[in-house]
Amino acid sequence: MTGFTVTAEDLRRTFDDADVGEVVAVDGLSMRVREGELTALVGPDGAGKTTLMRMFAGLLKPQSGRLSVLGIDVAQDPQSVQDRISYMPQRFGLYEDLSVQENLDLYADLHGVPMDQRQERFGRMLEMTDMARFTERPAGKLSGGMKQKLGLACTLVRSPDLLLLDEPSVGVDPLSRRDLWKIVQQLVDDEGLSVIVSTAYMDEAERCAQVFVMDKGRLLADGSPAELTARAKELTFTALPPPGVPARELQARLIDARDLVIDAMPQAGNVRFIKQPDAGDADLRQLLDGIETEARTEELEDAFMMLLRAQDKDAPAGPAPEAANTQRPATDDKPVIVVRDLVRTFGDFTAVASTSFDVARGEIFGLLGPNGAGKTTTFRMLCGLLPATSGHLEVAGRDLRTARAQARARIGYVAQKFALYGNLSIRKNLEFFGGAYGLRGRALKARINEVVAQFDLDPAAQSGQLPAGFKQRLAMATGLLHQPEILFLDEPTSGIDPLARRAFWRTITALAGTGVTIIITTHFMEEAEYCDRIAIQDAGEMLIIGTPKQVRARAGDGAGQTMNDAFIAVVEQHRENSRSRQVAA
Amino acid sequence: MLFLSQLLALIRKELLAILKDPSSRTLLFAPALMQALLFGYGATYDLTHAPFAVLDQSRSAASTEIVARLEGTGVFHRIATLENTSQIAGQIESGDALLVLQFQPDFAAKLAGGAEAPVQVILDGRNSSTAGLASAYVSSIVAGYNADQGATTPLTIVRRAWFNPNFESRWNLMPALIASLSMLQTLMLAALSVAREREQGTFDQLLVTPLTPTQILIGKALPSILVGLLQSTIIFLIIRYWFGIPMNGQVWLMYLGLVTFTTAAVGLGLSISAIALTMQQAMLYTFIVIMPLMLLSGLLTPVQNMPEILQWATYANPLRFGIDLVRRVYLEGATLREVSFDFIPLLAVAAVTLPLAAWLFRHRLS
Amino acid sequence: MSGSGFASRLVALTRKETRQMLRDRSNLVVGLLLPLVLILLFGYGLSFDVTDARIAVVLEDSSPITLNAVAGLAGTDYLSPIWLHSMPEAEAMIRAGDADAILRVPAEFTANLAQGRGTLQLILNGVDSNTAQTIEGYATGAITNALQHLADRQDTRFTGSGVTVIARTWFNEANNSTWFLVPGLIVLVMTLIGAFLTSLLIAREWERGTLESLFVTPVRPLELVLSKLAPYLIIGAIDLIMCLLAARYLFEVPMRGSLWLVILSSMLYLLVSLGLGLWISGTTRNQFAASQMALLLSFMPAMMLSGFVFDLRNVPAVVQVISQALPATHFMSVIKTLFLAGNYWPTVLRGLVILSLYAALLIWATHRTLAKKLD
Repeated sequence: MTGFTVTAEDLRRTFDDADVGEVVAVDGLSMRVREGELTALVGPDGAGKTTLMRMFAGLLKPQSGRLSVLGIDVAQDPQSVQDRISYMPQRFGLYEDLSVQENLDLYADLHGVPMDQRQERFGRMLEMTDMARFTERPAGKLSGGMKQKLGLACTLVRSPDLLLLDEPSVGVDPLSRRDLWKIVQQLVDDEGLSVIVSTAYMDEAERCAQVFVMDKGRLLADGSPAELTARAKELTFTALPPPGVPARELQARLIDARDLVIDAMPQAGNVRFIKQPDAGDADLRQLLDGIETEARTEELEDAFMMLLRAQDKDAPAGPAPEAANTQRPATDDKPVIVVRDLVRTFGDFTAVASTSFDVARGEIFGLLGPNGAGKTTTFRMLCGLLPATSGHLEVAGRDLRTARAQARARIGYVAQKFALYGNLSIRKNLEFFGGAYGLRGRALKARINEVVAQFDLDPAAQSGQLPAGFKQRLAMATGLLHQPEILFLDEPTSGIDPLARRAFWRTITALAGTGVTIIITTHFMEEAEYCDRIAIQDAGEMLIIGTPKQVRARAGDGAGQTMNDAFIAVVEQHRENSRSRQVAA
Repeated sequence: MLFLSQLLALIRKELLAILKDPSSRTLLFAPALMQALLFGYGATYDLTHAPFAVLDQSRSAASTEIVARLEGTGVFHRIATLENTSQIAGQIESGDALLVLQFQPDFAAKLAGGAEAPVQVILDGRNSSTAGLASAYVSSIVAGYNADQGATTPLTIVRRAWFNPNFESRWNLMPALIASLSMLQTLMLAALSVAREREQGTFDQLLVTPLTPTQILIGKALPSILVGLLQSTIIFLIIRYWFGIPMNGQVWLMYLGLVTFTTAAVGLGLSISAIALTMQQAMLYTFIVIMPLMLLSGLLTPVQNMPEILQWATYANPLRFGIDLVRRVYLEGATLREVSFDFIPLLAVAAVTLPLAAWLFRHRLS
Repeated sequence: MSGSGFASRLVALTRKETRQMLRDRSNLVVGLLLPLVLILLFGYGLSFDVTDARIAVVLEDSSPITLNAVAGLAGTDYLSPIWLHSMPEAEAMIRAGDADAILRVPAEFTANLAQGRGTLQLILNGVDSNTAQTIEGYATGAITNALQHLADRQDTRFTGSGVTVIARTWFNEANNSTWFLVPGLIVLVMTLIGAFLTSLLIAREWERGTLESLFVTPVRPLELVLSKLAPYLIIGAIDLIMCLLAARYLFEVPMRGSLWLVILSSMLYLLVSLGLGLWISGTTRNQFAASQMALLLSFMPAMMLSGFVFDLRNVPAVVQVISQALPATHFMSVIKTLFLAGNYWPTVLRGLVILSLYAALLIWATHRTLAKKLD
């Protein structure tokens, strides 16, 4: 054995595109992946991670270069590789009409797992994924996180010589994400499994022995997390905003100063930022305007942001809307959204149980919760897409479900997965939605030009072929075209790379500044830090509502704790309580 | 005004979505064109190349004359001359010959003696309608021969056929295609229009806009109707100018009928679409609906030949009245008054399905 | 990998396909209910046999002889006369679609008939040429018969001398259209399963991304193809049994050839039809396109160009070539021969060979579309 599971030399792979011509997905890439380790592939959208993974799995042939996996030339003999590896594509192909057990059986049969080993293996998988109770349930009825765990279990029905995971945690809530990693980690520890995982989460990359950073089909850097992190040494700080100044305002100021600051993010009420290596102290001090800063330990994410920013100097930091358009009186203190005792049941299943909250004008309100917690149901009821079983609901003074059509003109809606007409150009999409909202003629044209400029879109591009980041921008542009008072965003950052997420939040914070009310759901807990208030739901119940700080405080011992940890703590405390309550009863 | 401009935006988007893609454009118009041509030539009940074999044991002038007359029609052509009766079976069973003409040895003698002289005609009955036609054809040729020989004919029936003097079955079938071929795809198009948006998640996006269900309904229905009418027009032009079947009626009346018919079909399609949760379901439901519609429409066989119960069932079938309308206006030159009854079931179907679809848009969720 | 790997994977995949098929109710509706509906519709709904054709009889001469002559029209099931007295009335009925033909008995008919030159006028609505010609035959026959009886009673010679035609229709003596439509129905039902059900199978797996996961296992493409055929072969077999039972007991169509040959050729054609559906599915990788293609390439041609209702002997050479390329055409001729003519080996063997070639070709082609590659 060579000690390397994958050896790639000068790999190149292009795709033909009807509109653009040739697109280079992987461009002269060479890498060696060590055996028996966790290895991460990280990079923004379009970096070529998925193409690379598919080449490893023998599903795509490289056009030039050499690729050997487990010592086999994949291009020559893909089947021998496929007999020995396990691969979990980004969208794992579960058969939704088959039950959990039937899906597992199918893959076990296909891999020829002997019956005696099978029971032991299934038992372990079901236990680790906490799905033993659901073996009879059709896979289609599982929540997103459970599906992903089942997908992993199906790929791991036998112990492969190499495991490939392509973005296993996209759209997965923190709890399921933690479970997924527990399984992988355990197999690496117990069986010395070799794993290659592509991911957009830096905390996941940090667990790996080796990290490859990719961008535009090329390798930007590689090394252990520690080696990579060292690149950000002495450039990382935390700014402490004075009381009364929201962290996101300071963050906006910092991230806009691109000559001085590489990146800024709100965290625990403060703002963490990376300064440009060549930024002058005096300039920085002027920018901070007396705000206190502390040096902080650099993290992998800092190094990653530095690498990407260096590649992508011209990308807009965050399109800010012109304040004049949407300025509304902030004096109105009546809540824009009122929810009282909202209930929604499907048959005998309660999706949302007696939920109440208010949202004030200009607030950013985050709706968080594990997959299947009832967020989407709540969300759809607010937008008028689903009738409530009982309870009271008011959005801008009305129930949108029964309100006359024009009332809907006051809200904007960005659906999960950015529902757009894929075969129409960006301009046609905007023209349609503008028209549907009653804009026409010169006013429509003017608004389209505004949003196109604001979100840096190419109006002629076919919207179905855009990378995820651009789809999200188009969806945002569509939702904002008619300058709504309230904007609903359902997991708008799922599957989006960190760079694009920064830009997205810059827009959101600017919008909130002009008085637009924002309701958002997300699985990235650090994004909750941008919100004025967040609500955490689980199993249809509202567990907590409050500012990010209050939530963190409720979760227990304060300092250094991330929002992710706080979220997990809140949900687990609740589950523990309800279990003991059930036992008591 | 606002209503119209919102509606226009929706219609423009729907049309673009249908027509933008070159492949979907081809898929919409090429099949109509191809099928009109193919079925125009292929779907015919008329005898044109009926192969036959002769077993002439009489070898007389009369038998030769009759065979010559048969061949002279251009409809029959001789493929074999048999020597004995045992060869007949092979010709018929293999399907090589549609019929075998047999003159017995005493044929000429009987004829000369003023008695009835029988000609045996053995037909391949695997297709009963061709066999029936061929038999009638042979009879009329023989009758012609008799008349020319001065045989007495106390009764003459003078036959005149209106609207289709030469009894060309293509004349009957092709105008029916104007309605039926276009329905196949319009129904599918309408059935997929909402189901596709549901599957891709854009339907929610549509429902949160200020568009009313009526607007969505019109916006979804109109493009499908337009595509259907365009297909009908292509087929109409092929029939009129390629096959040269004369149009006796008013073009405007035919189009009035087609618009009504297509609207009813689209209403049906949209209802299917609003019920279906996925595109796959929409497609399967469409198939299930289309089959009985086609079979019970009078396209292939007349509605009159059906049992009474099924004839009643056809009143719910827009295709039956669409075909009837087009045929009668096209071939018979029927006036609005004469076909007015056909509009009633069509309008009834549209009046039920369209509001149903609109209601289902908002009430069929999750 | 050994042969046992092949077998166990095939069993696992087949089990999966069967479960999926059974869980989606729309599959069963299309696979079992639709054929049943078709059987009933074809058997009862489709018929070329004219019954109760409405013939408007305009009696401008109402002598006893005339009345006797036209009375024959009422004596048959095929015609249903409507008695009228004026031509404009009758013409209006044709235009309104209330009558299919007019029989006009002119005022001087009795007198002319006595002189041996009686003339009747028959006006037909020629739009439906088939029906029109059939009505002509029935009407002529009924009147000639009636006059014959009359002549017999008066002992006068009515029929002339000359050649008479004695037609004998083999295989379908009664010229019953059900007899030739019902065997054709088997072709349509077998086509339908392939066109509507299997055409979605591979495309669905592409669209849902399940193939990508399946590819990176020891699975071989041929195993995927075979496993997708198996459950639908069973559905097809059930449909075949339904068709055969209906043909035998409901419509009383004779089966003159061997039942085993009917079953063998039907199952072979079913394999071809399923293979065609799968091949379309694998080529398009898109459910919508696949269903459209299947409708246009498989179902519509099988209905219109296979010799199902339209006799292929009547079509131009180009259309002949196209229909000879359709597997449905070959099966149609085999099944009609087996039902109505008997075991006529040249036709049957030729058909079976061609169908076997198609089956092998399509399975090979489908297996190629599942080569484990994403581009």
